Amino acid sequence: MTLQEGRVVSRAVTRPAPPSRRGARLGVGKWVLPIYAAIAFVFLLIPIAYTFVFSFNDSVKSNIVWRGFTFDKWLNVCDQIDVCVAFGNSLIIGITATIAATILGTMIAIALVRYRFRFRSAISLLLFLPMATPEVVLGAGLAAEFLGAGVQKGLGTIIIAHTMFCVSFVVVTVKARVSTLDPALEEAGRDLYGSPNQVFWRVTFPLLLPGIIAAALLSFALSFDDFIITNFNAGTTSTFPKYIYISAARGIPAEANVIASAVFFLAIILVLAAQISSAVKRKRLAKVG
Amino acid sequence: MAFSAFATGTAQEQAPRRKSKIALLLLLPGILYLMLFFLVPLVSLVITSFQAPVPYGDIGEFQTAFKWQNYVDVVNTYGEHILRSFGYAILATIFALLFSYPLAYFIGVKARRWPLLQNLMLVLVIAPFFISFLLRTLAWKSILSDESFVISGLKALSLMAPDAHFTGTAAAVVFGLTYNFIPFMTLPLYSNLQQLDTRLLEAGSDLYSTPSKTFFKVTVPLSMTGIVSGVLLTFIPAAGDYINASRDFLGGTGTAMIGNVIESNFLVTLNYPVAAALSIILMAVILVMVTVYVKRSGTEDLL
Repeated sequence: MTLQEGRVVSRAVTRPAPPSRRGARLGVGKWVLPIYAAIAFVFLLIPIAYTFVFSFNDSVKSNIVWRGFTFDKWLNVCDQIDVCVAFGNSLIIGITATIAATILGTMIAIALVRYRFRFRSAISLLLFLPMATPEVVLGAGLAAEFLGAGVQKGLGTIIIAHTMFCVSFVVVTVKARVSTLDPALEEAGRDLYGSPNQVFWRVTFPLLLPGIIAAALLSFALSFDDFIITNFNAGTTSTFPKYIYISAARGIPAEANVIASAVFFLAIILVLAAQISSAVKRKRLAKVG
Repeated sequence: MAFSAFATGTAQEQAPRRKSKIALLLLLPGILYLMLFFLVPLVSLVITSFQAPVPYGDIGEFQTAFKWQNYVDVVNTYGEHILRSFGYAILATIFALLFSYPLAYFIGVKARRWPLLQNLMLVLVIAPFFISFLLRTLAWKSILSDESFVISGLKALSLMAPDAHFTGTAAAVVFGLTYNFIPFMTLPLYSNLQQLDTRLLEAGSDLYSTPSKTFFKVTVPLSMTGIVSGVLLTFIPAAGDYINASRDFLGGTGTAMIGNVIESNFLVTLNYPVAAALSIILMAVILVMVTVYVKRSGTEDLL
């Protein structure tokens, strides 16, 4: 997921629950829209299917012409050592930036909902702007800063950059969760002589955890697929998207398709699991109510 | 826009007045971080955009100056790229809107009775996000290359001239931008249409309005905030994109966008002031267009 993609996803995640109304009954050709939607979904999925199918291609160097089916690339991903190194770097960057951004963003989200302080609107603007700025501008700006300060670009500068753009997304996602939290639960903790520390770690934190996990997953997805900002701040360090960009001219090895497909299915499984678990929860709540 | 997530919300009004020391402690690290790595970079971009080359210096050596001329030079040299970027972005936004509206309408209104199906379809809409942005663009490049069965089929049917190409043309870049940003349009439209009160549509037809008249007089005006968010979310990243227009992806020799020029000036020719000036122009034009557009569509409260 690229940075911009996170914007729409986090918006969709944080949108209020829809009102349940009965469906429309318009007479506009009953089958036109469903058929259109089906075609639209096929269109959206074509490049994904292509990438997945070509991960089984028995290609030699470039992976453009179909040369026969093989499981070989899935079993020996690291035969193309460059792909694996790039993938490893992306994992290190993604995990480090996710941890840093999740901590910083969660703290801000709690402060925004729970406390009053001056300069609130200025702080809100500072949190919003990174999400509305084109990625080229974010990347070039940070690179100009590193250049002026004489900082050597590498793994460290990429992590700094990724943490920067993930913080705002963490704030939006966790804030949605904090504002639904019932303060009475914390009060109960205090009434039962819990120290502020105990109340936070035993009551508040576990309740916030689903929001924090969602924010961390979003951060990781953003970091993992970021290319534009990385490209400006990576120096000679390779990441998975950067590897693809550089090898695009001479052909991408099928191993890259293997990694991308594996990541895709892992992400889809996580999303579907979250959907199903929330659907189950809703049903259980509906039964209780 | 996403800003509403920060600006509105009633919780702030009721936020208890508690020890502001804790608030400061919670805010300080993150805010300092954003100042240091978001605000300072923007400032250094402005400073860089006015820099002049060091006399008799090496390539990539610049010193602080106040060279307004940089902006004049940039507009003269890259005016074409700037116009092209916004042209492509506008076209991609229109196509994405035309593609997404019926889809979002189907998911948000027609499929309301089946929430599980609705969620499943939303997952399908964002599925492209989970495969690498670069790989999905390269996939289209292969699917639509001259040797592919799609293009050779079109040629066999005489729908395309035998010596015509698709990849490397402006059409391919607009196609790529449209494809990559469709979810940005569909999701906000869906969020909005899902709230649409269908009784209003019934009222329209009760008042002897034709379905198309109801659509343009009721549905479209009601979904205006969704359309505005979708247009902004598609337009901003599309105007700054440089993957689709890159020559190794869907672009060709004459399709370079402003992002491509910023990249090559910054990373290849080390012409930092030009890259910085272009970035500032890109951001300024986007801010102006967004403000005008939001004002004209009558949804000022969006920002």
